[in-house]
Amino acid sequence: MRRLIWLSVIAAVAIAYPLLLSSPFQQRLGALVLLYAIAASAWNIVGGYAGQVSVGHVVFFGCGAYAAMGSYAKFGLSPLFGIPGGIVLAVGLAAIVGVPTLRLSGHYFSMATIAVAETMRLIVTNTEWLGAAVGLSGPAVPRNIFDLSFLSSLPYYYLFLVILAITLFITWWMTNSRMGFYLRAIKDSERAARSLGAPASRTKLYAFMLSAALTSVAGALYAMMFGFVDPESGLGILISVKILIMAALGGAGLLFGPLVGAAILVPLEEISNSWLGGKGAGLTFVVYGAIIVVIARFQPGGLLSLFTRRSKPKSDTGAGHAP
Amino acid sequence: MSFVLVQVIVGGLLLGAVYALFSSGLTLVWGMMNIVNFAHGDLVMLGMYVAYVVYTLMGGGPILGAPLATLVLATVGVVVYFALIRDIMKGPMLAQILGTFGLALLLRYSVFWWFGANFLSMPPNIVGGTYAFAGLRVEASRLLAGVVALLVTFGLHLLLTRTSLGSKMLAVAEDATAAQLMGIRPDTMQAIAWAIAAGATGLAGALIANFFYIVPTVGETLGIVAFVTVSLGGFGSVPGALVAGLLIGVIESLSGYLIGAVYKDIVVYLLFLFFLWFRPQGLMGKS
Repeated sequence: MRRLIWLSVIAAVAIAYPLLLSSPFQQRLGALVLLYAIAASAWNIVGGYAGQVSVGHVVFFGCGAYAAMGSYAKFGLSPLFGIPGGIVLAVGLAAIVGVPTLRLSGHYFSMATIAVAETMRLIVTNTEWLGAAVGLSGPAVPRNIFDLSFLSSLPYYYLFLVILAITLFITWWMTNSRMGFYLRAIKDSERAARSLGAPASRTKLYAFMLSAALTSVAGALYAMMFGFVDPESGLGILISVKILIMAALGGAGLLFGPLVGAAILVPLEEISNSWLGGKGAGLTFVVYGAIIVVIARFQPGGLLSLFTRRSKPKSDTGAGHAP
Repeated sequence: MSFVLVQVIVGGLLLGAVYALFSSGLTLVWGMMNIVNFAHGDLVMLGMYVAYVVYTLMGGGPILGAPLATLVLATVGVVVYFALIRDIMKGPMLAQILGTFGLALLLRYSVFWWFGANFLSMPPNIVGGTYAFAGLRVEASRLLAGVVALLVTFGLHLLLTRTSLGSKMLAVAEDATAAQLMGIRPDTMQAIAWAIAAGATGLAGALIANFFYIVPTVGETLGIVAFVTVSLGGFGSVPGALVAGLLIGVIESLSGYLIGAVYKDIVVYLLFLFFLWFRPQGLMGKS
C-alpha cells in the first residue's frame, strides 16, 4: 500500500513538472532527464539485474538513432518507422556479442562491449552512406505530426514519460517473472544457479537482448528530439559513460535507481555546461569519473540502496556478498 | 616479398614490442588479482604526458623522460592500489569495473581539462635521425622504443619466474591466504604488482611519446589494444603478451598499409571479437 502511494506521488510530480516549471530550459531539462532515465533503465536490466556490466551500451543507442534518422534521410519516411529496424539491429548485435562472452567471466563481456562500440563508431565514421563524420539529419521542417519534430520540449517530455513508464513496467514485470528469479539466483552465485538447473547463459543473453532493444528505442527518441545523429552523439563512448553512471549512482539493480541517477546528473551537467560553456566539457567528465570511483569504493549499490537497506535489511541490494 | 612490406613488418614489430610492454602490466594485474584495469590505456597516456612535460619544462629527451615517467607512474600505481583497488577487489564485479572505468575517466578528462584536446607531439629528431640498414629505413625513436620495450618485457618475465620476489607474487596469485600463512604479505606483493604494472605503462608511454600523437583520448585506443593483447596471449602470461603484442603490431601495420590507415584499428578490434568467439583462452592458454 505504501508503495502504491509513493508511486502515485512520483507519477503526479512527473506529470505536473513541465506545467509548474514551464520555462523552455526547465522543460528541456525534464525531457532530457526522462530520456537518459529510459536509457539508464534499459542498461539496468543487463547491468543491474543480470550483473553483466556493459560499458559499450551506446552501440545499441546508436542502432536506434541511426535507424530513425536513416529512415528519413535514406527513404524519406517518418523517423518512427526506423524504430523497429533499430530494435532488430540492436538485438542482433546483442546476440552476436552476448553468445560468446556471456559464457565467460564478466570481464570478457565488459571488454567485448567496449570493443564492439568502438568498432561500430569507427566503421560508421568511415561509411559515406551513413553520413561518415557528419552524420544523418532528420526532417528540417516537420511534414506532419508523425515526423515527431517539435519546437517545444513539452511533447517530447510526455512522450518520454510514457516510454519510461513502459520501460519500468517491463523491468518490473521481468523481475517478477521466472526470468527475474533466474537472474537473482545467477547474480548471487552462478555456479549454484546452474547446478539447480537455471539456464544461466541463456537468461543473461535474454536480459542483454531486452536491454539492447529498449536502449535502441532511447537512441531513436534522442535522435528525433535533436534532429540529427553523428558518430560522437550516437556512438561515442561518453554516452555509454553517462548511461552507466546514472544507473550506478542511483542504484544498479533497483527499479528507480536509474531515474534517480538521471535526475541528479542531467541537471548537474546542463547547469555546469551553461555556466562554464565549452570549458566545462572536460570538467564535467572529471566530476563523473570521480563520482563513479567514489560509488565503486564506498557504495556500490548506489544511493537508493541506502534507503532500501534500512527498510528491508535482509533484501539483496545488489551490493554483493562476501564469500 | 616486396621491400616495402618488410619495412612495414619491421615497423609493426617495433611498435608491437611497446604494446607487449604495457600489456604485460595489464596481464600481471589481471592474473594476480583477477581484476581488469579499464584505466590501463589511460596510464600509458599519462606516461606520454609526463614525458612531454619533462621535455617542455626541462628540455629533457627520453633519457630523462623515460625513467621519470616510469617512476611517476609506478607511484600512481601504488596510490591507486591502496586508495581504490584494495577495497574494490573484494567487492562485486560491478564495483570492480566501475572503479577502474571511473579512474580512466578521471585521468583522461583531468588531462583533457589541463592540456586541452589538441594533438601535441615531440620534436621529430628528439632521439636522433633515421637509420638505414641495407636500404631498410628505421627512425631512431621507434628503434629505441622497440628495443627497450623488448628488453624490459623480457626482464619482467625473468623477474616473475627467476627471482624470489616473483615466486612470492606467484604465491599470492595462486592463493593469497596460503601465501599469508607462509609469511608473505599479499598487500605488499599486490602493491608491488601495481607499481610494476603502472611503471611499465609509464615507460611505454614515454617511449611512444617520441613518435606518437599525444592526446588525452589516446588511452582509449591503447587500452583496447592491451585487452586484445592480453586475451590473445592468455591472461596472466607475460610471454603470451609478448608474442601477442608483436603479432598485433604487425597485423596493425600490415592492415594499415594494405587496407588503409583508418581501418587498422577496426581490424584489431574485429580480431579481438573473433578470438572471444572462438578461442577465449587465448593463443597459448589452456582451455
